[in-house]
Amino acid sequence: MLAKVYVTLKQGVLDPQGKAVGHALGTLGFKEVEDVRIGKYIEVTLPDLPKDKAEARVKEMCEGLLANTVIESYRIEL
Amino acid sequence: MKVGVITFPASNCDQDCVSAVKRMGASVVSLWHRDASVQDVDAVIIPGGFSYGDYLRCGAMAAHSPIMAAVKQFAAKGGRVLGICNGFQILTESGLLPGVLMRNAHLKFVCRTVAVKIVNTQTAVTSRYKSGQILQMPVAHMEGNYFADATTLATLKKNNQIVFQYADGQNPNGAIDNIAGICNEARNVVGLMPHPERVCDPLLGGTDGVELFKALLQ
Repeated sequence: MLAKVYVTLKQGVLDPQGKAVGHALGTLGFKEVEDVRIGKYIEVTLPDLPKDKAEARVKEMCEGLLANTVIESYRIEL
Repeated sequence: MKVGVITFPASNCDQDCVSAVKRMGASVVSLWHRDASVQDVDAVIIPGGFSYGDYLRCGAMAAHSPIMAAVKQFAAKGGRVLGICNGFQILTESGLLPGVLMRNAHLKFVCRTVAVKIVNTQTAVTSRYKSGQILQMPVAHMEGNYFADATTLATLKKNNQIVFQYADGQNPNGAIDNIAGICNEARNVVGLMPHPERVCDPLLGGTDGVELFKALLQ
């Protein structure tokens, strides 16, 4: 099974990279862009596990390594 | 006096630290990221560089290496630990120091000498400086923008854990409260972004870092 993990900066944490990309999109003519936030997408391949068990394990992975919860939040899709 | 200097894959300031320590008359034990022990050293230095290619986040992989498990045990017993630049990032990622080093606010790699103020002289590395003393030290980093949430920041201030601050108008990276370096509550673990090991030899343009290493070796 495949666990998809989305790691994003928490609201309120400045994302200068997102800001720069937002400016570049504006320069390209995409004037409607209001904001850009950049995050990470991580795929974790696991043996087939019951969904709740897999979710608990991936949550541990996020807390332990995949995200730095001081500034990042994460979302898991199974 | 024996100082352990850790080398991770892509550390690149380890030999500068070795040189600084030897210059102060102490002996060096080279530690490798896969080592499970810090041996019988009196202090540990985690040097700058780009450990594990900065994969995932700066210092994130190194924080979970075997040597860092040993460093955590060493620090818990009161052992002196100094993290410089990437070493500071590794200390925050491993939980030995609070907060996080984010991408520089202006998105540029910054490599220049900045004025750094000594805020706390009661730590393992600043005991030989005067409070408020200004040092000229180089910085060289992309992720030096120190950040901590409001609660953590308040705790840092209350416990006097802010050790180094960029002098007014010298903040090179957007760090909150001009923070250049902090310590843990017990004051035996210190991390900073500037490179004191690069100002230990007059030939390299300065000697403001000498007293820092002398203090570490006291």
